[in-house]
Amino acid sequence: MKRSTLLFGLIGTTALLFLIRLFYLQIIDDSYKLNADSNAIRKLKLYAPRGTIYDREGRVMVANKPAYDLLAIPNQVETFDTLKLCTLVGIEPRELRQKLRDARAYSRFKPSPIVQQMNQVDYARLGEQLYAFKGFYIQKRTLRRYPEGGAANVVGFVGEVTDAYIQKNPEYDRGDLHGVTGIEKSYEKALRGIKGTRYVLVDVHNREKGSFRNGLYDTTAVPGVDLVATIDLELQRYAEELMRNKRGSIVAIEPSTGEIILLVSSPTFDPNLLVGRARSANYNALERDSFAKPLYDRALLAEYPPGSPFKLINALVGLQLGVMDTLKTYTCHHGFHAGSLHVACHCGTSYPLRLIPGIAKSCNNFFCSTFRDIINSRPTSREGMNTWSEHVKSFGLGQFLDNDLPTGRKGFVPDADYYNKAFGYTQWKAVSTISLGIGQGELLLTPLQMANVAATIANRGYFYTPHIVRSAGDTAIARFSKPRRTLVDPKHFEPVVEGMHQVFEAGTARGSRIESIPMCGKTGTAENPHGQDHSIFIAFAPKDEPKIAISIIVENGYWGSRWAAPIASLLMERYLHDSISRPELEKRMMEGDLSQEYLQNADRRLVRKKPGAEP
Amino acid sequence: MRENRSIFANLDWISILIYFILVFLGWISIYSAVYNEEHNRITDLSQEYGRQLVFIGGSFVLIVLILFTDGRLFEKLAWPVYGISLLVLAGVLVAGTTVSGARSWYQFGGFSLQPSEFMKFATALALSKLLSGDGRENRTGARKKMPNKALIALVILLPVAFILPQPDLGSALVYTAFLFPLHREGMPAWVIFSLMWAGALFLLSLLIDSTWLMGGMTAVALGALWFFRKERGSWLVLGVIWVLSLGVALSVDYAFNNLLEDRHRNRINILIGKAEDPTGIGYNTNQSMIAIGSGGFAGKGFLQGTQTKFDFVPEQSTDFIFCTIGEEFGFLGSLLVVLLFSTLLVRLILLAERQRSSFGRIYGYCVASVLFLHFAVNIAMTIGLAPVIGIPLPFFSYGGSSLWGFTLLFFIFIRLDAYRMQIL
Repeated sequence: MKRSTLLFGLIGTTALLFLIRLFYLQIIDDSYKLNADSNAIRKLKLYAPRGTIYDREGRVMVANKPAYDLLAIPNQVETFDTLKLCTLVGIEPRELRQKLRDARAYSRFKPSPIVQQMNQVDYARLGEQLYAFKGFYIQKRTLRRYPEGGAANVVGFVGEVTDAYIQKNPEYDRGDLHGVTGIEKSYEKALRGIKGTRYVLVDVHNREKGSFRNGLYDTTAVPGVDLVATIDLELQRYAEELMRNKRGSIVAIEPSTGEIILLVSSPTFDPNLLVGRARSANYNALERDSFAKPLYDRALLAEYPPGSPFKLINALVGLQLGVMDTLKTYTCHHGFHAGSLHVACHCGTSYPLRLIPGIAKSCNNFFCSTFRDIINSRPTSREGMNTWSEHVKSFGLGQFLDNDLPTGRKGFVPDADYYNKAFGYTQWKAVSTISLGIGQGELLLTPLQMANVAATIANRGYFYTPHIVRSAGDTAIARFSKPRRTLVDPKHFEPVVEGMHQVFEAGTARGSRIESIPMCGKTGTAENPHGQDHSIFIAFAPKDEPKIAISIIVENGYWGSRWAAPIASLLMERYLHDSISRPELEKRMMEGDLSQEYLQNADRRLVRKKPGAEP
Repeated sequence: MRENRSIFANLDWISILIYFILVFLGWISIYSAVYNEEHNRITDLSQEYGRQLVFIGGSFVLIVLILFTDGRLFEKLAWPVYGISLLVLAGVLVAGTTVSGARSWYQFGGFSLQPSEFMKFATALALSKLLSGDGRENRTGARKKMPNKALIALVILLPVAFILPQPDLGSALVYTAFLFPLHREGMPAWVIFSLMWAGALFLLSLLIDSTWLMGGMTAVALGALWFFRKERGSWLVLGVIWVLSLGVALSVDYAFNNLLEDRHRNRINILIGKAEDPTGIGYNTNQSMIAIGSGGFAGKGFLQGTQTKFDFVPEQSTDFIFCTIGEEFGFLGSLLVVLLFSTLLVRLILLAERQRSSFGRIYGYCVASVLFLHFAVNIAMTIGLAPVIGIPLPFFSYGGSSLWGFTLLFFIFIRLDAYRMQIL
């Protein structure tokens, strides 16, 4: 055997071995290909800026502002002037060191946030010096900005998605923002836009090395759609000021469209508190304020017995069912009496009252009698009750309105079944439920529903579903453009409207009357178990071709004409005339302070909780 | 037959062509491996491909110098070159710079030199000189008496003794290549086979518990004894093999646990599959196989490789340069490179066999063997067939020392081959 055979053999064997192995690696086994893709191609999210929200006059309610995160990639960080960096970004050296330790523990090659949501001033200052801090980077984000403040409950706020939310909505990823309340929540799909994707090639240290296939598969982010809200931001802020130091809510609706002009919940908060580095601290403070509950949207979620304004509906149902007409009279003897039952009345009349003065004077006897006649107009009380209930519900009460608000309550309109259960027997009579006649008892309405009642009466018999957004992008929101009719014939509304006009002219709200605008309204004083009566008022103006319908509740505000009616009057004047002719009334309303009432209520609750405290 | 025709007429153009193709492919791979859009001028000296271009230019100068040198001079200068190289190599242990844990480099300003790369051709020269008859002109071509075996061992092992402490196991391992010229000149094949057997035993004893291994070997020995029972003296041979094998197996355990450094131990553990750890110590091999495997049949295209370009593969322009070929030119590219190397090696052996002087023949064998060992170990390492042993792929890998070292080694033989006709 020749001596060269050994080396030839080895060379041949090696080459053959290599080719077999290469064939296996490169052609047969696919796993290496997949590995390579996840190794080098990263899918990056491109955040779409959320849409801007404007008010009905084009004022910016919510916009975006840039914010800056300082990130560090630990293995690129070199020795640096710790104290200088701390001064620049405004954190403690101890905190900085802790953040860097955490970042290192998370990953040495991936960026971790060190300081989040710096403002532009800090960013500008740091940007100039950043070259001195190797391994630190700045990443831009967009935050929400509320240039004029106000309407916090209307626009709502955004927050990071929770894991539970991601499970239900897989299109979100960790760190994404979504609307938590308000318009931000109900119009989330429009506002969020469409996230873009960018495929980039990264090297072993996760550094970007350029786009993949020159961006062939990349998609750009589509910014969220801009919304025009129906709110009048200026009026809203004015209303919020009028409600300062008072609890309650104001809802105003444009009757001819159903657009919500005002949606005030008091106490409220500055939406700018929930943006930026102090967000979580501020949010916790607001969330834990169990006394004022600023995050609780009373305009949508609070349910109150409507009180006297409900008498208008009873009058309308009575007219529709023919149990009364505008000429029928009831005479009040300091209240409504039926057997041992006695409902007091302070209307101060002792002569026969017709409907219109009955409304103006808010006579309890008149409407208890009307309600009794309604129930008794059917063979049995149960049928009467169901007929009444059906007519009342046609005003959009006791049900969700299917609107575009993120939250709400149904309120409550009882029917015969309810009372069968409540009383435990079916032979109950009209008088057993007589407090419904004056809007007390089991009835519950939200402020939004009350405003909608005002709008329905202003329209003489129909309403448009109240909504908060007029248009998204270039398209108007069409689904609220169909009127919803009540079961009461339009002709019956005129006398009721006239009665409401008389409330201002000669009735319970004459103190809030103003010469230049013919207003219609109805005061209410709702009894409630939490201290003083609520001050309630619903109104619309002008009397013909109404532009604004409003409902106001001032909790524990004694009676309707004390707070609610003057505030409504001021708001309607401001809305219709852009000016205020009664500065002293305005001043009195603004400075009015009911916080003592609320403190007393809280005290009473505390005392009740400790029965052993009384001797 | 004497011919005074131009030297170029006698050059072996096949080998030279392959050399240039390999150098060119190497440079392309380096360019691709470190390519980035900010530095795309190929002569940019801040980038490895720019510097490699300078090194390639340098090797052309070397080639011209070698080709215009009298062929006899190399034989005459063999010992001085060996001596000087050895001194320089020894000096690096004292005056060298440490790069990634090994003191293998001289640093002159921005330029660094790795003497072990030049020691290979020096050793090849000295070994050829020694085996061909220690300075006597070989005019008859008759077989000379083999010189002192201890001297041969000394010539080969002296460089190893200086390289191992650097430490640079890879470069030291290359010196086993000189067993092949020894075999060509008369060393029995069993020496090489028993070394391979020892290597196999080494791996087996790492993989299998030593008790089982020794039990198995005893069983095989007994079986062989029964099979060869008619042969006289077979029990003696088998007994010796058996005892030696047991000795190897036992000493491997000791050597592995006590003599090897952690990094070698870990690399061997990865290779034999004892440690599955893609992001740890096996990272290199894993990333390298991902890069090559992702190339597919035709590759991702020039400059389109993602794994090598973005540093997923470490040492991508030096020890793992083959990954770039595998990723960007796929199986076809890999096939081409493997075939080019095999062809060159076969060609070199054929050239060596046609030498008239034993010096030329032995030197040719040295060149072929050293190149073969580099080729085999380097590519085996990148495709996960051998542990990660840091030796360059000849002509391919980035680095002036290695390129110039291989160029000297290779072209001296080409010069000797061209000169063979002038030897009677």
